[in-house]
Amino acid sequence: MIAIVDYGAGNLVSVKKALDWLGQECTITSAPGDVAKASKIVLPGVGHFASTAALARSGLQHAIAAGIERETPFLGICVGMQWMFERSQESPETGGLGLLQGECERFPASVKSPHVGWNQLEVNPSSRLLRDVPSESFVYFTHSFRAPVTETTVACCEYGGRFSAAVERDHVFGVQFHPEKSGEIGLKILSNFCAL
Amino acid sequence: MLTKRIIACLDVDGGRVVKGVQFENLRDAGDPAELAKAHSASGADEIVLLDISAAHERRATLLDTVCRAARQLFIPFTVGGGIRTLEDAAAVFSAGADKISINSAALADPTVITRIAERFGSQAVVVAIDAKRSADSPHWEAFTHGGREAAGRDAVAWAQEAEDRGAGEILLTSMDRDGTGIGFDCELTRVVADSVRIPVIASGGAGGAQHFVEVFHEGHADAALAASIFHYGFSRLIDLKREIGSQGIPVRWPC
Repeated sequence: MIAIVDYGAGNLVSVKKALDWLGQECTITSAPGDVAKASKIVLPGVGHFASTAALARSGLQHAIAAGIERETPFLGICVGMQWMFERSQESPETGGLGLLQGECERFPASVKSPHVGWNQLEVNPSSRLLRDVPSESFVYFTHSFRAPVTETTVACCEYGGRFSAAVERDHVFGVQFHPEKSGEIGLKILSNFCAL
Repeated sequence: MLTKRIIACLDVDGGRVVKGVQFENLRDAGDPAELAKAHSASGADEIVLLDISAAHERRATLLDTVCRAARQLFIPFTVGGGIRTLEDAAAVFSAGADKISINSAALADPTVITRIAERFGSQAVVVAIDAKRSADSPHWEAFTHGGREAAGRDAVAWAQEAEDRGAGEILLTSMDRDGTGIGFDCELTRVVADSVRIPVIASGGAGGAQHFVEVFHEGHADAALAASIFHYGFSRLIDLKREIGSQGIPVRWPC
């Protein structure tokens, strides 16, 4: 059973719908106990980085960290990916999980923000999450803050400079874009995650 | 490169797509779920479903339609028409929409924008503005209730207020151009797009590829929406994107 973690931020129906379409057993849950026994964990996220503070308060952060410790595959989407880093300029007082090093930052004033629409990936072919996803594939983004490019980056995107579109370390994965809204390519990426 | 979005709009009344639709190979050409899927397959970057009936007893029908369409749609999906409260929005999101579009209700009570944005995120809130050129042009007034009532608000000032209150995008329809097929109002689009930081979707007047090229170049639009232009067949949208792309506009291709 894949646990889609609900911490009260935004709409999780689209992620569930895509996993349903792929024939995956999944549940939207806010119970740390469900996360603890899940075969995979998906942390979606829309809206403000500050909303992730609810993860610590509710015991979900502990359940997610323990799951990752047990090598349960984890996928953070959008703000869910940003939360894997140490912190974000969007809400400096809210700490991230700190699994990946670096700070999420604002887009420069030279480009419109938020970054909304279909943009292209520059894919590292060794990525397991992006297996069979060619470079220059289009995926759908909607975000105002972005994660830096680090050694865990497996796909970059260009918008007012390069940023991390996908990150990967061992069994921990993150995507800044919305695979559940990125057509066939997005479904392929979710399917790769499900097959891990 | 971030591409310009081409958005297909379905006007729905009582669970059926209205306006003449001539798609081939569809079991039911007036079914919104089938049409949404067909548009997605033929390269639409996003789908907007507008409930133009908005009669209260038809809300249940709308939610059923949204649910059926969303089940097999994996591109962004916006639903508008008759959404007045946070609860209305929540019901549409639960049915599978990614964004909601609000117009009259936001003008009547702008705080509803903030309430929905705080709960679902700004990226989920599209404020639709129906703008009509005033006699003392260049100046445009916002209208409500499907263009029947003047709101007494300057369209540009209203777009700025909507952004400040938490809107994630502006869907800007030129009432002067809507349904004419003579091209988007590039001047209106440019004035609004240059006044806000959030994306502006141009609507009203699309008649051919050149109109899209113009509204992206001259109107500074981030996306453009059309309904009737796509109602001639599947190939139309594919051809349109190819032609727009060949004129130097970045579009998602192949899709």
